[in-house]
Amino acid sequence: MKVGIIQFPGTNCEYDTQHAFASLGCDTEILWHKNDTISEGIDLVVVPGGFSYGDYLRSGAIAKMSPLMKALKLYADNGGKVLGICNGFQVLTEMGLLPGALKRNEGLHFISRHHHLKVISTNNEFLRLYTKNALLNIPIAHHDGNFYIDEQGLAELYANDQVLLKYTDENGEIDNPNGSVDSIAGICNKSKNVFGLMPHPERAMESLLGSDDGCRMLEGFLHA
Amino acid sequence: MKAIVNVFLKNGVLDSQGKAVLHALSGHGFGTVNDVRVGKQIIIEMDESDAAKAKEKVAHMCEELLANTVIEEYTIEIQA
Repeated sequence: MKVGIIQFPGTNCEYDTQHAFASLGCDTEILWHKNDTISEGIDLVVVPGGFSYGDYLRSGAIAKMSPLMKALKLYADNGGKVLGICNGFQVLTEMGLLPGALKRNEGLHFISRHHHLKVISTNNEFLRLYTKNALLNIPIAHHDGNFYIDEQGLAELYANDQVLLKYTDENGEIDNPNGSVDSIAGICNKSKNVFGLMPHPERAMESLLGSDDGCRMLEGFLHA
Repeated sequence: MKAIVNVFLKNGVLDSQGKAVLHALSGHGFGTVNDVRVGKQIIIEMDESDAAKAKEKVAHMCEELLANTVIEEYTIEIQA
């Protein structure tokens, strides 16, 4: 299993992500955004967290214009697996690979803390190793994590089982930190090969460091 | 030619920054303020002499990059 991790100016989670996948036994490659092709043999492309282009204009907006993004679009359209974490989720919605948009947090603050999440759907590679309604403890760290989608788009997400994760408290009750529609923290596309979430599974890989609840998300892509 | 682009959140999409500014103004005695919207203005200088063509190009820029039309709307004003 080989994982390609995209790097823009301002990306800052590429090496954490690389470490997380390497700890699961994956080969990894950092993909510079100025490249115009995705190397042969890559089984998963991750758009990692950070502040691509300083979040100028809108989070993820300038990154979507990078040469590698055309190749990524083609890769995804051909069924290639793509995971966007935090800024990566913002980039994927800006590109139109995932529906909706990420707005400024409702309370306007940058939020950085562990948060509980509920697994809504396991009918996909990303969350297939969890049980439905499982509660996870995974860090969030974002300023623009307020997921927005219109009513029709939301109905389509539910109809196609594309809502993956929701923000909750430790008892599984809805606890919405940023104003996201229906407290949604992560979604996938209709064909279930493109995934995006605001929380950082790559920062929840060691119980010694607070939580290892992110491991099985990344493991879901292995031997799938 | 100069293009003035204004980008705002669409009606119906909560403008948290506008609400925060509204509360701050109300709290400082500006009680007659009913609503505030916060947006951004982008000023573009371009080598183009035809206003219609300039507007068309800037509209394309808005659709491609300057606005996220899932949540935002834009207006374009062309100045000579």
